[in-house]
Amino acid sequence: MLYRENGQFKTSYRADQQIFPIRQDRILIGLLLAVAFVGVPMLASDYLLRAILIPFLILSLAAVGLNILVGYCGQISLGTGAFMAVGAYAAWNIGVRLPGMPLVLQIVLGGGFATLVGIVFGIPSLRIRGLYLAVATLAAQFFVDWAFLRIPFFTNYSPSGSVSVPPLYAFGLPVQTAMQKYLFVLAFVAVFALLAKNLVRGAIGRQWMAIRDMDVAAAVIGIRPMYAKLSAFAVSSFIVGVAGALWGYIHLGSWEPLAFDLTRSFQLLFMVIIGGLGSILGSFFGAAFIVLVPVALTNVPHLLGLRLSVDTAAHIEHMVFGALIVLFLIAEPHGLARLWSIGKEKLRIWPFPH
Amino acid sequence: MKRLNLKSAAAALAITGSLAAAAPAVADEQFVPLLVYRTGSFAPLGIPWADGKLDYLKLVNARDGGVNGVKLTYEECETAYATDRGVECYERLKTRGTGASGFDTQSTGITFAVSDKAIVDKVPVETVGYGLSQSTDGSVFEWNFPLLGTYWTAADVMIQDIAKKEGGMDKLKGKKIALVYHDSPYGKEPIPLLQKRASMAGFELLLYPVTAPGVEQKSTWLQIRQQRPSYVLLWSAGIMTPTAIREAQASGYPRDKMYAIWWAGSEGDVKDLGAVAKGYNTVTIHNSAMRGKVHDALKQHVYDKGQGSDSSGSTTLGTIAHTRGMIISMLQVEAIRTAQEKYGKGKALTPEQVRWGFENLDLTQQRLDELGFGEIMRPVKTSCADHTGGDWARIAQWDGAKFEVKSDWYQADKNVVAPLVKEAAAKYAKEKNITPRNCAG
Repeated sequence: MLYRENGQFKTSYRADQQIFPIRQDRILIGLLLAVAFVGVPMLASDYLLRAILIPFLILSLAAVGLNILVGYCGQISLGTGAFMAVGAYAAWNIGVRLPGMPLVLQIVLGGGFATLVGIVFGIPSLRIRGLYLAVATLAAQFFVDWAFLRIPFFTNYSPSGSVSVPPLYAFGLPVQTAMQKYLFVLAFVAVFALLAKNLVRGAIGRQWMAIRDMDVAAAVIGIRPMYAKLSAFAVSSFIVGVAGALWGYIHLGSWEPLAFDLTRSFQLLFMVIIGGLGSILGSFFGAAFIVLVPVALTNVPHLLGLRLSVDTAAHIEHMVFGALIVLFLIAEPHGLARLWSIGKEKLRIWPFPH
Repeated sequence: MKRLNLKSAAAALAITGSLAAAAPAVADEQFVPLLVYRTGSFAPLGIPWADGKLDYLKLVNARDGGVNGVKLTYEECETAYATDRGVECYERLKTRGTGASGFDTQSTGITFAVSDKAIVDKVPVETVGYGLSQSTDGSVFEWNFPLLGTYWTAADVMIQDIAKKEGGMDKLKGKKIALVYHDSPYGKEPIPLLQKRASMAGFELLLYPVTAPGVEQKSTWLQIRQQRPSYVLLWSAGIMTPTAIREAQASGYPRDKMYAIWWAGSEGDVKDLGAVAKGYNTVTIHNSAMRGKVHDALKQHVYDKGQGSDSSGSTTLGTIAHTRGMIISMLQVEAIRTAQEKYGKGKALTPEQVRWGFENLDLTQQRLDELGFGEIMRPVKTSCADHTGGDWARIAQWDGAKFEVKSDWYQADKNVVAPLVKEAAAKYAKEKNITPRNCAG
């Protein structure tokens, strides 16, 4: 009834190829953006912004980056945490060593360094595939962890090996309160999500997908595997690096390599798998699932008035969370994004399913 | 019918639950957040620590009815030693009640992350025996309180005790001392001080990082076997500690040449090893291996009523880590009490006011005796410039069944530590664009 595209005629290629061809979708996305940019900062509490929305947005961005590599180009990577770390540490080093560098540029340059590292560790993908590649990218994770722990130059000879950022300013405006930080991150995420969406529906995205589906066939029809694979690694690690810089700068404020360890890589991979491989929207769903469900689960016993000790609550949380992951993957192996599109299909013919 | 009963029971439960939550809001209350880790690879350390913190707050409520009539409320939040979860806990708890009275994060990583936020949120961060060593300098670190001692205190005391055993600082010349440390900011903290001591006394410092969580130490101990250092300093936590002792045994390294930081020196770390760990030394913050009158009070007012946090009453109660937890809560409570004297007795305070209390703590021997900590601690007096307030420590040794205090009182050598603190604090201030407060005025 509400969600029906009858009467929406496309009269130009442009109109037919837009990101959201259905008007209801455009309105919905417009509303969502309005709520995110205006409504949320006005209504949300400090806790909601700082502890839930900011990590959710940053991890969504990282998941978008990883999804390009895993979901669109089919190259499994376990080095996401490492690329985030490179982004964060590079941005920090640029900030420390080149005072006066604008914050946005620091973060983007951090992403740039992550790109370089990503390309280097992407080279094995030209020869090896699948799980073997996953193991090769694991090397990136361990190498980067090692480098930031043991090479004092990267932490500017900080005795404890942890780094922290000074108060932040962007375009002369402070980025310090929860609301300012949230808006700063949101702007980044919005821009990069749009960028990623447009990349994957363009020529390069089609090349990635061709490589994913069958690389021999793709090579036969004239796609250069080296270019396609390395560009996927480059774009992916750039976005992941930016997310890492944001995670360090905005969310943590001060960090150690442990913040970007293997657990983070797995966490992001799970986000992409649960959210939906090969879907930008799915990255957001996956991040929401992984970030929000544990927080919700810790708060549930409290809301019910049950007095559980924290360790029991933590154990229950782990069990319920694990069960939920299994449940979702049984119900829909293609992830939450697929559930969403099935829902949309159902809505289109509602209330007259046939 | 049965279903209906269940439903109504649930409804009743919910109502009583909400009533219980709403009722005590009438009287003044002071909220104390408790960041803990009762799960994860650090849980062996985290559980007694958390129990101690909780028990002392329960004791104050049960025995004195709070601080000058202001009841203490508290809530635990599980961090599992993960920085991002710790940050989430901090954000969740910082505005409870009249504001969180002070965060004891129990983790160096979380302390780093929270310290930046605390300046903006105006919440004190108390790091008793851990955290940033340079935060002793209160003129730069307005909101951080590394009370009773830092890692530099511990490292300095270890070197002093070794020198005493060897017969003087000059006897250390040419010797090898190894540091086996958890490869994280926590484990790296003592390195600058040890390097300085090494260059002063002329011993060689060998550094052996162990990757977290520290269950894989074979190669480290192989190296130690080759290098044969005279002493091994152990900067471990959680599961890493018993693993290190077992590896020491396997490689034939004498346990009485090992010195552990206080976080690796509680009964939970060595109890299961028993005689294997015999001779193992640990530095205790002040004299936390001792029992005091506070333990009797705790038994009488909390444990005899079945309110204790340690349900068995013997697992964590009375261990060094548990006592240390109580010390931490006691300092928190005394900071609140001190602040109440300035801002109004019997009133709930804001975190900013509690900070003043932390900065003007003056626990004399007489006051400590009253509190039941007379044997456990030495007097503590903080000021604007000194946020540690008296960094005493002693060395205790495991005799196979219990820890025995072996050494006399030590204090970190001001001539060694103070310049390091000043230097590191100045560097921090520069990086963060902080203008140090003027503590003279």
